[in-house]
Amino acid sequence: MTAAAPMLEISNLHARLADGREILRGIDLSVNSGEVHAIMGPNGSGKSTLAAVLAGRDGYEMSEGTVTYLGRDLFAMPAEERAREGLFLAFQYPVEIPGVNNMYFLRAAINAQRRHRGEPELDAGQFLRAVRAKLKLLDIGEDLLQRAVNVGFSGGEKKRNEIFQMAMLEPRLAILDETDSGLDIDALKVVARGVNQQRAPDRAIVMITHYQRLLGYVEPDRVHVLQGGRIVECGDKDLAVELERRGYGLLGDATAAE
Amino acid sequence: MTTSTDTLQTVRSLSQEGYKYGFVTDIEADEAPPGLDEDTVRFISAKKEEPEWLLEWRLAAFRAWRKMTQPNWAKLNLAPIDYQAATYYSAPKKSSGPKSLDEVDPELLRTYEKLGIPLREREALAGVAVDAVFDSISVATTFKEELGKLGIIFCSMGEAVREHPDLVRRYLGTVVPRNDNFFAALNSAVFSDGSFAYVPPGVRCPMELSTYFRINAAKSGQFERTLLIADAGSYVSYLEGCTAPQRDENQLHAAVVELIAHTDAQIKYSTVQNWYPGDAEGRGGIYNFVTKRGACRGARAKISWTQVETGSAITWKYPSCLLEGDHSVGEFYSVAITNNRQQADTGTKMIHIGKDTRSTIVAKGISAGRGQNTYRGLVRVQPRAQGARNHTQCDSLLIGDRCGAHTVPYIEVRNPSARVEHEATTSKISEDQLFYCRQRGLSPEDAVSLIVNGFCKEVLKELPMEFAVEAQKLLAVSLEGSVG
Repeated sequence: MTAAAPMLEISNLHARLADGREILRGIDLSVNSGEVHAIMGPNGSGKSTLAAVLAGRDGYEMSEGTVTYLGRDLFAMPAEERAREGLFLAFQYPVEIPGVNNMYFLRAAINAQRRHRGEPELDAGQFLRAVRAKLKLLDIGEDLLQRAVNVGFSGGEKKRNEIFQMAMLEPRLAILDETDSGLDIDALKVVARGVNQQRAPDRAIVMITHYQRLLGYVEPDRVHVLQGGRIVECGDKDLAVELERRGYGLLGDATAAE
Repeated sequence: MTTSTDTLQTVRSLSQEGYKYGFVTDIEADEAPPGLDEDTVRFISAKKEEPEWLLEWRLAAFRAWRKMTQPNWAKLNLAPIDYQAATYYSAPKKSSGPKSLDEVDPELLRTYEKLGIPLREREALAGVAVDAVFDSISVATTFKEELGKLGIIFCSMGEAVREHPDLVRRYLGTVVPRNDNFFAALNSAVFSDGSFAYVPPGVRCPMELSTYFRINAAKSGQFERTLLIADAGSYVSYLEGCTAPQRDENQLHAAVVELIAHTDAQIKYSTVQNWYPGDAEGRGGIYNFVTKRGACRGARAKISWTQVETGSAITWKYPSCLLEGDHSVGEFYSVAITNNRQQADTGTKMIHIGKDTRSTIVAKGISAGRGQNTYRGLVRVQPRAQGARNHTQCDSLLIGDRCGAHTVPYIEVRNPSARVEHEATTSKISEDQLFYCRQRGLSPEDAVSLIVNGFCKEVLKELPMEFAVEAQKLLAVSLEGSVG
């Protein structure tokens, strides 16, 4: 990738649900390698839809606009290929998969991505060493490892598990969909630590959040306000603080999509 | 010519010629003519050089069968079967079938490849007429000697009838009577061959029986008869079937399996069934009507059935336990998959007769395509079965919206001290689960395989290790094309 081109370039993106409701109404956004962006906005503004559309969830129609990721047309790639090309989504509601060991799942994912890159698969020993190192770095206990994927996890455990997966998968572009919601202060710190440790010149992070809280621990390079399916305001970290003070309702004339 | 009854019987039993008894077909033929009457039964028995008592036993079964009608209570949609159009005996043919793998359906070969079946085995499984001597045969002989030192008998049913007639006569039909049901009676009349095992008192069988018979087992015919006896305090684990899809020109299969566990004995019986399920429209698939039953004859005996059913167009099968001895234990772990047009009506019967008997049922049904999957189970607690306990867990997983899952539990309790629990769930592989897996880089096929294996975990862990690994791959292959 050339240094000049953005890692992710979204222009005039429109997306609607199968029932015809338009959720995204012309998004423009550029994210460069090495940057951390925060996308904020009230409920129903289209934040999670943006994350879902970028990650390739079914059920949306992209009626207009383009998205270029690492120089390629993002929508030409199926969801698994986007993942293998380094696009990671930390889920707002991580999904339970009964009977599937958390470690087994993660190793399957890592090896699918390594195969895609033409790298040898990790054997059990190599994998376990990598797991231990990351756990230590993130200060996450080993208790989550032997349980079934997200089954019986508390809300905080689920979010920590997402951050752990992100650390293991080492994505190029990480999208965190309300990873901070519903977390107590300790879990929030774990998540923040994970994100801060993942900051790297060859990686971009997009945090989608309702509140400014996480931004107190992770300082974003850019802050965007999403409202009614459009980005209505952009700024630096100070914008987040200002939003917290005055609320979304006072922003311009844009109305919430809901 | 003597007129003594004794001699006559000897002649009869030794004679390979049936014409004295009204038999008209050429005895040298390799195949019985289509149709089923007493002469067919005599032909089969004569071909197998069976003793008189067994012929009489078969004839009694046949007469019982003739008065019976095919059961129709199962949730199976099937065309009438013309039992007079089928052929009930054919000697193994060397000339028929494809001459080489080049003539075999490429789809079948791709499946073998995915399952990792060794090349030489693929030929045999696809029915290629090869005369190669498989390594497994010499290995089998070595094992047999090893088992012989422990007094364990393990051989074909035909050999058992010749070499161990007393044992066969003592146990055959004691768990599944020859007139038990329509298909069992049919099997009793015309059974082709099968396996026989006897483990003497106190002996722990040191290996999984039949793992190394993979190829040979594939040829045991359409009316298989299996009899396993674990004498007091013994243990045996038996594996039946094969993960590779088996072609068979006979559409109708009706097997009978009888297990007998004496005091303190344990039998673990594992099956992977992958008969040809037919094409995507269900044409040409095997009809599999099986009667499997085990009797815990003595105190503290234990019988455990584990089955992975992925093949056949029609599966009708209820491996059951008669818990006669006090404190005896019955277990049933099952995974049944139906894809495309497959139909399965399967489950178990746990009959609590002795005191403090326990049973566990874990049944996992997976339906995809237009498959129909029914769990049908009976838990019966007899009046004398003080303190009997049962736990049943029945889970169904649906893939897509054109398949069906049905649960039909029957519970009959005639003792107030019994404790019977039944849990059932039905779920779908959700879009969320698939998306979550794909977002981590897994292909849709791998995602389904992962989710399904997780769903079946409780059952798969009951399988012997190497069988379990094969079964996991098989689940994935069986569900191919069910998503996306």
